[in-house]
Amino acid sequence: MKGIIFDIRHFSVNDGPGIRTTVFFKGCPLRCRWCHNPEGQSFDPESYTRINKLTGREFEVREVAGNSVSVSQVMGEIEKDIPVYDESGGGVTFSGGEPLGQPAFLMALLNACAGKQIHTAVDTCGYAGKKDFEQVIPLTSLFLFDLKIAKDEEHKRHTGVSVTPVLRNLENAAAAGKEIIIRIPLVSGITDTGHNLSRLRDIAASFSGVSRVDLLPYHSTGICKYPKFGRSVAMDCKNGYDENRAEKIKEFFLEKLPEVTIGG
Amino acid sequence: MTPRIEKLRKQSLEAPCVLSPERALLVTEYYKNNEPEIHSVPVQRALALRHILSGKSICINPNELIVGERGPSPSAVPTYPEICLHSPEDLDIISSRPKVSFKVDEKFRKAYRDVVIPFWSGRTQRDRIFNNINRSWQEAYRAGVFTEFLEQRAPGHTVAGKDVFKKGMRDFREEIHEALSQLDFHNDPNAFEKREELKAMDITACALMEYAKRHAGELDKMAEEEKDASRAEELHQMAQICKRVPSGAPSTFHEALQHYWFIHLAVITELNPWDSFNPGRLDRHLYPFYSRELAEGTLTREKAAELLQAFWIKFNNHPAPPKTGVTAEESNTYSDFALINLGGLNEDGSDAVNELTYLILEVIEEMRLVQPGSMIQASKKNPDRFIKKALEVAEKGFGQPSFFNTDAIIQQLLSQGKSITDARNGGASGCVETGAFGTEAYILTGYFNLNKVLEITLHGGTDPRSGKKTGLETPDLSSFKTFEELYEAFEKQLNHFAEIKTGGNNIIEKLYATYMPAPFLSLITKDCIKKGRDYNAGGARYNTRYIQGVGLGSITDNLTALCLHVFDEGKVPVRQLLDAIKADFKGYEDLRHKLVYNTPKWGNNDGYADRFAVKVFNSFHDAFNGKSTPYGGTSRINFLPTTCHVYFGSVTGAMPDGRPAGEPFSEGISPVQGADTKGPTQVILSAAKIDHVKTGGTLLNQKFSPSFFKKGENAGKMISFVRTYFKLDGHHIQFNVIDAETLKKAKKSPEKYRDLIVRVAGYSDYFNNLGETLQDEIIKRTEHGDM
Repeated sequence: MKGIIFDIRHFSVNDGPGIRTTVFFKGCPLRCRWCHNPEGQSFDPESYTRINKLTGREFEVREVAGNSVSVSQVMGEIEKDIPVYDESGGGVTFSGGEPLGQPAFLMALLNACAGKQIHTAVDTCGYAGKKDFEQVIPLTSLFLFDLKIAKDEEHKRHTGVSVTPVLRNLENAAAAGKEIIIRIPLVSGITDTGHNLSRLRDIAASFSGVSRVDLLPYHSTGICKYPKFGRSVAMDCKNGYDENRAEKIKEFFLEKLPEVTIGG
Repeated sequence: MTPRIEKLRKQSLEAPCVLSPERALLVTEYYKNNEPEIHSVPVQRALALRHILSGKSICINPNELIVGERGPSPSAVPTYPEICLHSPEDLDIISSRPKVSFKVDEKFRKAYRDVVIPFWSGRTQRDRIFNNINRSWQEAYRAGVFTEFLEQRAPGHTVAGKDVFKKGMRDFREEIHEALSQLDFHNDPNAFEKREELKAMDITACALMEYAKRHAGELDKMAEEEKDASRAEELHQMAQICKRVPSGAPSTFHEALQHYWFIHLAVITELNPWDSFNPGRLDRHLYPFYSRELAEGTLTREKAAELLQAFWIKFNNHPAPPKTGVTAEESNTYSDFALINLGGLNEDGSDAVNELTYLILEVIEEMRLVQPGSMIQASKKNPDRFIKKALEVAEKGFGQPSFFNTDAIIQQLLSQGKSITDARNGGASGCVETGAFGTEAYILTGYFNLNKVLEITLHGGTDPRSGKKTGLETPDLSSFKTFEELYEAFEKQLNHFAEIKTGGNNIIEKLYATYMPAPFLSLITKDCIKKGRDYNAGGARYNTRYIQGVGLGSITDNLTALCLHVFDEGKVPVRQLLDAIKADFKGYEDLRHKLVYNTPKWGNNDGYADRFAVKVFNSFHDAFNGKSTPYGGTSRINFLPTTCHVYFGSVTGAMPDGRPAGEPFSEGISPVQGADTKGPTQVILSAAKIDHVKTGGTLLNQKFSPSFFKKGENAGKMISFVRTYFKLDGHHIQFNVIDAETLKKAKKSPEKYRDLIVRVAGYSDYFNNLGETLQDEIIKRTEHGDM
């Protein structure tokens, strides 16, 4: 079995417990306007031009984001870090894009990790088929579950899809007793309205499996990547997120949740 | 920091580095006027030290708590003309060079011109070395294949053991007299040499006692004249201390520090040994004094901190003696590499971390001085909170403390044949060098330019820089059909130069044993008294000669590029590669791009590249390790560069990994600058592939952004990062916390900083991956210190 991934990062310290290896699946059903991983959106390999600088000269190199790889190839990379997982209590995080965009490949990898007793986390936008999601639940130890906008109509407007399946999958994961970390991107005027935050807080607080909420202030890193992939910038926001505002939102969440971080 | 310490620290930091003629004049006076030839060489050396200590000025700085300066004032640095005589031209260079310069005033120049140079010219230890060494050695040395540590500085590279804190000069004298009384002239053909060595040790012990008494006298005088009553009382107490130590063993915390400091001064006045000298396991040595006095109420934590800070300043007052030529290139620093060890294990194998360990870490953080250096020994038995505390200090970004693996060090020492007790009393000194403290002479003898050997191999034995046939005649690159043939030729050249270096070592070590014994250093190193032998003649319980490999990362990448492009893929014709190297890649930019960007590199946990590191490591190890030295020691290897990777780079042309001519090589076992693009875990997993236990130390440098440490949760992850490397027997890691200046450089030359990771917002990314605006934002944030 093969899947399309666009990166494997070692030494991930913000994607779950311990020091982790993050596998980035290519392809995402959502088109969030603030997306900072535009190379993760399309399900197909995409070529782009990279510029390598060497002593002042620039070299244009055609590169492909997204390689078709086998389970054993990915496991080879993952297993290299076993001494690190053992010592740090880390493991693998499947991210993207959207890992559930390639459900069979994800499940094969989760099974292979279980076989090697490697801790796994699935970093998901939650938008996936009911059956696929239910099959993934018993295979992973942890969900990093993105929640963006509670109101369906607005969710559709800013991400392109309905929030209903997202909430259903979250509920199912919680019902199965999984540990869940909710991650909320703070995008000024879109996700951080008082109304939306209060709804999201209620949702997060309603599940006992939610161990933590990570607030992820919007940053502009993705902007430079858009033109590389022949896309126009969906949203322009040159400024970083207001730190004081993020702190206030953290306080607000702490009223109902045991642990809240800024930045995860 | 108390106001007193602030003043002392300021004085230390602001004191200009100047050369002092005092020692040179005194040592010349001794040899000129005292008919030294009627004595044996060890006794001559002892009398010379006595003459210096009794004639040198006494310096007691205002506010001081620990007294004694090697020169007449802080940062006034003596010279050692009997080892290495500086010519007027050397003095011009020393005083005018932009880095690591020393002021040379007219008084100094006159003393040299009129007295020192006329007497020592042609009869220094350096002259003896260059007059006695083979031509092949001289050629390889000039080509930059290796350096020689002992051409301008005496062997040292050793550290005080526990005895130094438990015994006074009177105790050592008793041992000497006991050894003298055991001498059997009837049956022992070496009894005479032993007697002379023991006599010499005895003279130096008395000389140091007298030197301390001169301080006591001066302090008494100052106490009488002092108007401020509390300072007068302090001076009086300091005088009492200088009357008790180092003659007797120290009995208080303050006495222990002053006691060590006098011993330190004697070691660095007797000769100019490498790595100055070092109190070693300071938290362990001082803890008995600390805990007892704390319980008795004669010492507080605050007072102990102040005394330690005063002690720290004494080290900082003592820059390394001036170095010139290749010695300056290989070790271009004011730092003299005293490395305080904290943590590790006790003799019985238990966790040695104590309250004082944490206090000393606080002192290190507050003092922020380049000297003394500091490190922690982390054993699997040491608690996480100890490593956490050390990481918090490292995060401050002045490179201290560095992190060492006690369990690997002990394995190294055991595999070298030390007893378990001596191994547990050991540690690392200098940069990363493993040693059994108090019982071992582990003398570093020179850096070895692995990449130069490859360059000479690629040119059939000729050094392309000089055009001379410096190496063995081997076929050049274009005639090799397989990579194995190339490697075989490299190994031949490596062994050839190893033989030349080893041959040189055997001569130089004899010269030191014969002409330059160090009776004082011998006195405090076990078993010199028992054996009646000098430190420089195998008197120590263990004797090791180290050769330092330089550029492991570079040579790995060079061999990888050759194997992949020339042999495995065969897409780069040999001729083209050699032409490109010759042209320093001018006109071959596309090829260079391929070599830099499309070739596996060491430090990414990539099996293709990493196997060459292991291969070179083993070849280098086998070329040197296990050879016997003239005085019962064994030759061993370690991997560290100080600044020699820059010097070696400067004498080596363009290389197959795309490095242009003259650029520095990689340092220690670290990846080539910027070549590790897969993150720090892949670096340590690569680095752990070589067998650290077979070395006497390896150096790994890892860059991190300050923000990474800031986050509370990451502290635990950093501890496990360090412990992962140490679990895999990694010897040492130091954290280079990045400042704004580095980020600016990275923006300008991204290819050199491909490994640079910064924390952006909720995640980390490679700095090179960021758009310019964000790069600027992060630079700004780092400048403001809130990253």
